[in-house]
Amino acid sequence: MNAENNRRPAHFGAAVAAIGLNTFREAVRDRVMYLILVFALILILVSRLLSMLTVGEEGRIIKDVGLSAISIFGVLTAVFVGVSLVFKEIEKRTIYTLLANPVQRWQFVAGKYAGLLLVLVMNVLVMTGMLLLILVVRGESMTGIPVAALMIFVELALVTAFALLFSSFANPILAAVGTAAVYVTGHLTWSFELLKARLPEGVGRTLCDVLYWALPNLGYLNVKSQAVHGGALPDGYLLSALLYGSGYALAVLTVACIVFERRDFN
Amino acid sequence: MAESAVIEISGLVKSFKGHLGLGRKVAVSGLDLSVGRGEIFGLLGPNGAGKTTTLKAMIGLLRPDAGSVRLFGRPPSDVSARARIGFLPENPYFYDYLTAPEFLDFYGRLHGFGRAERRRRVEATLERVGLDAGRSQALRKFSKGMVQRLGLAQAILHDPDLVILDEPMSGLDPIGRREVRDLILELREAGKTVFFSSHILQDAELICDRVGIVVEGRLRHLGVLDQMVRSKPRWFEVAVRGQVPSPWDREVASASGEKVMVKVPDVAELGRLLAAVAESPAEVVSVWPRRESLEDLFMKEVARER
Ligand SMILES: Nc1ncnc2c1ncn2[C@@H]1O[C@H](COP(=O)(O)OP(=O)(O)O)[C@@H](O)[C@H]1O
Ligand SMILES: [Mg+2]
Repeated sequence: MNAENNRRPAHFGAAVAAIGLNTFREAVRDRVMYLILVFALILILVSRLLSMLTVGEEGRIIKDVGLSAISIFGVLTAVFVGVSLVFKEIEKRTIYTLLANPVQRWQFVAGKYAGLLLVLVMNVLVMTGMLLLILVVRGESMTGIPVAALMIFVELALVTAFALLFSSFANPILAAVGTAAVYVTGHLTWSFELLKARLPEGVGRTLCDVLYWALPNLGYLNVKSQAVHGGALPDGYLLSALLYGSGYALAVLTVACIVFERRDFN
Repeated sequence: MAESAVIEISGLVKSFKGHLGLGRKVAVSGLDLSVGRGEIFGLLGPNGAGKTTTLKAMIGLLRPDAGSVRLFGRPPSDVSARARIGFLPENPYFYDYLTAPEFLDFYGRLHGFGRAERRRRVEATLERVGLDAGRSQALRKFSKGMVQRLGLAQAILHDPDLVILDEPMSGLDPIGRREVRDLILELREAGKTVFFSSHILQDAELICDRVGIVVEGRLRHLGVLDQMVRSKPRWFEVAVRGQVPSPWDREVASASGEKVMVKVPDVAELGRLLAAVAESPAEVVSVWPRRESLEDLFMKEVARER
């Protein structure tokens, strides 16, 4: 027997980590992400100015604008960076040599996802840090902000899973539009319930039901208003929302892995 | 244990959706091939013959419509088979935001090498492919030749038993081509198997043990080069400056300036021509024995297809 037969590929986690770190490095060395981050920071700063226009509500407005900025710019990152990093790998054919290595396709998907999550963690941390700093300087309370930021991250993780899924088979424009559409309709799932009540028995109602159940209920993950207005969440709400978000993301990722497993690269 | 073939392709068929999604374009139709350990095999054919498609199916980037590929007796989807191969794609491109050492280090991780092992291999491989100089540059500043060298580097970083190269010499200057040839020969010296594709025949003629000629997705010719190409000269071309003595002045094949090209069929005739020229005021510039080259064979196969 020769020594070659003893050669073992990397531990599956090592390959995922290597691909994830490389993805993160690509984003960090790209200007687009900084552009998004700078805009977000400007908006958070401007929220201070907006708050001056209203008397007695400064704290609320800063929190409201700040959290919205984190959410919206986070989604922009998830959509654009998420779609482009996967697409580039296929379009520029770096995936040819990557997959010629002892790397399984699901490891590629998992690695890309891990790298993108790392990018989002960094973005959300920077933006939240900025918001907290402004609140501290003004002597406002910070309660609710860390939890709201965490739930925004969970929402972004879910949106990113969709970005990966769509990039696994669609061109980048379609993938970006699709991801954005999931984000928007995901916040409007309640409206399908309302719509259903107004429709006659039939196809329309069924469609509403399907959309209501198939789309992620992003409103469920949104605890911004509690953070801003100081309302309390029901017991166990956070945990179940956390499980809902991560379970959904995992399911979407699994589908992305299956699509990647079956496709050709040419 | 008997060593099975390194590459075993049987009945490989692959088609793509046709233009505008109409019909199907068959790129490879029923290819059978087996390559043994330590061979240098050249898959040759004109552009669009199906070489790249075959190579991609070999490493599992494309799923065949029918047939199968085995590398070391395993399907290419098996990571333990892929751990033993190195692959250079056609016109490679790598992450332009990395430097060459960063890129190779990344691939070293995918092979499960530890930090010290990666550093050692990256250094040795960069030196081997002649990329020492460009080590701190981002890859976006690399020239075509440097990218090709880096492509070779990533293909041999992990000391694979089988190296698969798609058009490894395309886009290189003569020195670069020479270096790639030398590298391929070195790999064979080390007991590796090399499988490469090319549409340029001279590349293959010098180094291949065996070639396959593929035209329109079918393997037309498969064999040992010496047997495929007759080694006895088939005719001689003699370049003469000045007036060619009769009766050879009727055999002039082409003329450029005061130089004319005369075709003679065999050695005896060649001797008589040379003697006659020596007697005359004209002079012999060159004598070129013409063998049937791989190129001639290749042209015949392509012509047969039309
Ligand atoms: N993704 C694809 N979609 C449609 N046709 C393709 C695709 N890839 C290759 N082909 C066709 O298959 C044939 C073989 O291509 P290829 O394997 O790249 O040839 P070669 O590498 O020998 O030049 C060509 O006619 C090419 O146009
Ligand atoms: Mg080709």
